[in-house]
Amino acid sequence: MPESLALIAFLEASVRLGVPLALAAIGETITERSGVINIGLEGSIISGALGGALGALWLGGAWGGLVVGALAGLFVALVFAAFAIGLGTDQIITGTAITLGGLGFTGAIYQAEFGATGTALTLPTLSEMPIPGLSSLPVIGSALFDQAPTTYLAYLLAPTLWYFLFRTQWGLELRAAGEEPDAAAAAGVRVRLVRFWATGFGGLLGGIAGAHLSLAHAGTFTENMSAGRGFIAIAVVVLGRWNPLLVLIAALLFGAASALQFQAQTFGLDLPYQLFLAFPYLLTLAALAGWVGRTRAPAALAVSWPRRR
Amino acid sequence: MKRPGPVVAAVVALLATTLVAAGSLWLGGFDPLQAGAALVRGSVGSPTALTITMVRAVPLILTGLAVSLAFRAGVWNIGAEGQLYAGAIAAVTVGIGGAGLPALILVPLVLLAAALAGALWAAVPAFMRVRLGVGEVITTILMNFVGVYLAAYMVSGPLQEARGIFPQTDPIADAAQLPILLPGTRVHMGIVLAVAVGAVMWVVFKRTRFGFAVRAVGSAPKAARIVGLIPVDRVMIISFLASGAIAGLAGGVEVAGVTFALYADLSPGWGYTAIAVALLGGLHPIAVVGTGLLFGALGSGAAAMQRDAGIPLAWASAVEALVILSVLAVDQVRRRTDA
Repeated sequence: MPESLALIAFLEASVRLGVPLALAAIGETITERSGVINIGLEGSIISGALGGALGALWLGGAWGGLVVGALAGLFVALVFAAFAIGLGTDQIITGTAITLGGLGFTGAIYQAEFGATGTALTLPTLSEMPIPGLSSLPVIGSALFDQAPTTYLAYLLAPTLWYFLFRTQWGLELRAAGEEPDAAAAAGVRVRLVRFWATGFGGLLGGIAGAHLSLAHAGTFTENMSAGRGFIAIAVVVLGRWNPLLVLIAALLFGAASALQFQAQTFGLDLPYQLFLAFPYLLTLAALAGWVGRTRAPAALAVSWPRRR
Repeated sequence: MKRPGPVVAAVVALLATTLVAAGSLWLGGFDPLQAGAALVRGSVGSPTALTITMVRAVPLILTGLAVSLAFRAGVWNIGAEGQLYAGAIAAVTVGIGGAGLPALILVPLVLLAAALAGALWAAVPAFMRVRLGVGEVITTILMNFVGVYLAAYMVSGPLQEARGIFPQTDPIADAAQLPILLPGTRVHMGIVLAVAVGAVMWVVFKRTRFGFAVRAVGSAPKAARIVGLIPVDRVMIISFLASGAIAGLAGGVEVAGVTFALYADLSPGWGYTAIAVALLGGLHPIAVVGTGLLFGALGSGAAAMQRDAGIPLAWASAVEALVILSVLAVDQVRRRTDA
């Protein structure tokens, strides 16, 4: 294979692997900025993947699937919010339960709908939409701009949400809820309502990330297909310092690092594939170890409000 | 209003779970009564069913105890699954390599190796938490994935059975197997060991300075640090490593007591179910033995529900999530009546 073709294939794989992470992580960034850590993001992603699959089959198209997937992710996040924000239960444990429940219920629904053995499900796919002009740029053109529409959503959301967070009154209020909820409340911010919306938004994007997995990435649904992406996305938020622009870049870099596994195989580096599968998780651990000391999380992250007496 | 006791709270949480679970089955087009009957029949309906429940409860009790210890110390160890796999890998390695040793030496060696491996697996996130300030929630979860894939690699790579056909290891030596407790059944000494670990933990919590320190660090880490009488970091690390050791032990006990070999899918997610086990038991070591048995029954009953009522197995892990949420909700309501 000529060098440039290998490079293009690598870049394409990087974006393909990075986009679902980017979508989920950008959503979680908003959630965490409001003071809520949603470990149940994985549950939103897997529900989005199944919702995307069922929606595409029911409504006869990938776009319908995308909408259903987004709503499924939103629903799961709202269940989380009802407990963690509504009742004020511990965010970590609630999120873990939501992830368990998400994986369990999607597995059960899938088995009930398609049988336990599950002949491979073929779905209408979200096809690539090349951006005229940009997609014909040399080397990076097709990798960045000849992708599924969800990819462009990630590109657009990152700067938009950056502007929202750091340049608007609503963004300021959202950050205040995550840094100093008492002060924010005293200044008239409805902290719990803000956190509710921020969590819902994160779930919506998690759902879209999941739908992207089943509709643009795999073209099918399998149980547990989210494969821990929700947790990696939460780590990506840390690596991107809770800034949507940096989070997008971190997610794409992460995609590139994961894409290395295909490269290694292309170049005949014969490592067993289970170790390749473990690679993204090891990489995340290493990145967290090397990076975290230099970042600061929102001060009231994972602290329920009003505080317990 | 008088605050209801923990037993009442657990019962209310279970009732709530049952209602929601039955409702979800009904919505899914299944008959909840038929499902319930299958659940009871498959878990406690016959002597055989009872022994299956007991065998299934062992890893759940042990991992439940592991999670309880960590949570009590304010350590969010979601990593019991990975620690269990680390323990299982070590147990199989020693159980095969130690062939020729007498059982009296080999069995303890196998269990010790499993516990050490579990502690080692927990040491990575423990170090990252205390030295680098990286929260343990995500790191322990990431270590789970690494552990599961490491096991998958082991059974098809370095530890694969001699003929190299199946993705599993060779069986461990006979002398490495845990003795059977009830002759004619598969109930092994692991259940005694699990109960013993629970009892020891209870005594430690109740009667020792360390147990007091764990509770202090877990409930008020800042106060414990400021008062200065308790080495907070050290208590946290010891609890974290001990939690990992107990989860690792669960993996070792499963290998030495039930499977006698390592498989990539050894655990159906016990390390996660453990969180439900621990919370429903109120993080109390003796209660966790009971809730472990309860979830063992759910596991054996779920198999019967799939067979007799066509209910997907995955539904059982959805029920675990419902239990956790119910416990959290009931706990929250208790706090409010208290105030």
